[in-house]
Amino acid sequence: MTAGTIMPYDEALERFEPVLGLETHVELGTRSKMFCGCKTTFGAPPNTQVCPTCLAFPGALPVANAQAIESTIRIGLALNCSIAEWCRFARKNYFYPDMPKNYQISQYDEPLCFDGYVDVEVDGKTVRIEIERVHLEEDTGKSTHVGGATGRIHGADYSIVDYNRAGIPLVEIVTKPIPGADRLAPEVARAYVTELREIMRSLGVSDVRMEEGSLRCDVNVSLMPRGSSEWGTRTETKNVNSLRSVERAVRSEIERQAAVLAGGGTITQETRHFHEDTGTTTSGRSKEEAQDYRYFPEPDLVPIAPDPAWVAELKAALPELPSVKRKRLQAEWGLSDLDMQAMHNADAIDLVEATVAAGAPAADARKWWMGELARKSNESGTPLADLPITPEQIARVTELVASGALNDKLAREVLEGVLAGEGTPDEVVERRGLKIVNDEGELSAIIDQVLADNADAAEKVRSGKIAAAGALVGGVMRASKGKADAARARQLILEKLGVSE
Amino acid sequence: MSAITRDEVAHLARLSRLALTDDELDHYATQLDAIIESVAKVAEVAAEDVPPSSHALPLTNVFRADEVRQSLTPDQALGGAPAVEDDRFRVPRILGEEA
Repeated sequence: MTAGTIMPYDEALERFEPVLGLETHVELGTRSKMFCGCKTTFGAPPNTQVCPTCLAFPGALPVANAQAIESTIRIGLALNCSIAEWCRFARKNYFYPDMPKNYQISQYDEPLCFDGYVDVEVDGKTVRIEIERVHLEEDTGKSTHVGGATGRIHGADYSIVDYNRAGIPLVEIVTKPIPGADRLAPEVARAYVTELREIMRSLGVSDVRMEEGSLRCDVNVSLMPRGSSEWGTRTETKNVNSLRSVERAVRSEIERQAAVLAGGGTITQETRHFHEDTGTTTSGRSKEEAQDYRYFPEPDLVPIAPDPAWVAELKAALPELPSVKRKRLQAEWGLSDLDMQAMHNADAIDLVEATVAAGAPAADARKWWMGELARKSNESGTPLADLPITPEQIARVTELVASGALNDKLAREVLEGVLAGEGTPDEVVERRGLKIVNDEGELSAIIDQVLADNADAAEKVRSGKIAAAGALVGGVMRASKGKADAARARQLILEKLGVSE
Repeated sequence: MSAITRDEVAHLARLSRLALTDDELDHYATQLDAIIESVAKVAEVAAEDVPPSSHALPLTNVFRADEVRQSLTPDQALGGAPAVEDDRFRVPRILGEEA
């Protein structure tokens, strides 16, 4: 099969039906590692957060982190899973230097949580994603491959390993196969990972930053010919590090597999790597890595038997889940499905909610976050939430507008000042001199000047062509450098010219 | 009781990154067979009502609080490593040439 051959998406979907499966890894935000007391800070200097246990020094023994167990159970409950009454950790044996022990402590046939589901909204439809299992394991170290042209493991001369990440609690969430997504498969995959991310955030169990690897996704895709009920061979694409990439990886695998199958070829069950730059996947694991993990119950850790009463308590104490919260806020804010979806896609819901909580009317909060600030976010490539402005500051700006101290144009300048690090909204107003001209005497003087300079327009208005007043108001706004209250200026202009609306 | 085959020992040896000679493969096949036979004797005394167990002590839920403890210094951590580069453990090539 020629590398890189693809079938256009529409044609691929005419001939084949995709079946998806998603494995998502979430690094828990515990203070210490899964089985030892080392810190879990991201980006620390190499091998500064390691100890005899996570480096597998002889004689060191693991003890499970209670908080990680609790977080995993809460995740399971939020995903409508059953919680095991008794389960064990298992040893996954493999020889690869990302784990110093030569095995990873994971769970095998006895996951902590199983048989759940999560509903996602795509294109106005609710799609139920069935969850197979949620289990707890430890993250691996980080290898850097040296030598060779690409920095990849293939062709490298040797590798160097940092074990700071080794042993950080990692939750793996596995879906059951998802048939029936059809041409929306890429969007369904993305919506699912987005929903997981929000659920994790609402639970406060992880910072779920895909760019830092605390949320990672492996995408399984297979195709079957239309009309067939027998699923095809699947591939597993790794290294999918953004929500957009989840969508692209599914689409790209559908296009690639369709071309292979249509050309009479067969799909090899393999691991593939997603490439951010091209949006395509390449074959990953070589035969040499063919796996035979020889799982067995972890002898160094005793079984976990969560008390059902405790699990019931955790369930009762779950926060309002994102999908429920979205429905509630949509009703409170009186928004259409489309508007709500746009806010959801822009990751603006929590920000608007916080702005409303800080005292702003919902419509104003939404206007600023989805308008001016969304634009700034797009321009700078910074997620909305990471813009250097707080919901409280936006609420203050809406308050200043409501009180008449600012108009929209000045408010935009205030936001710009805050984003530029010039201080709070009030400080920016003060320093940039952005207070609206409320002094009637000053405004009156400006208007007199504008009327004198635009005698023709003034005459038109005087003779009843009220539409011409717009140009005069514009003149006042220019003369006041945008600081006049346009509505008040219009009133005064009409008064002075002896007409009314 | 089926005997452990030479092929099975070769497979395990490969997974464990052990280079074994033909003689060793035969030798270990016989030895592993004896070990498995001995362990299988447990099945003779384990009645239907005795569930399989993986731990000697009837303990569950042994946890530690999520508290940070002192880690090693990089010097301590890396001190015993055969090779170090940029404060990282340096390991030989992971995949062979043919990969």
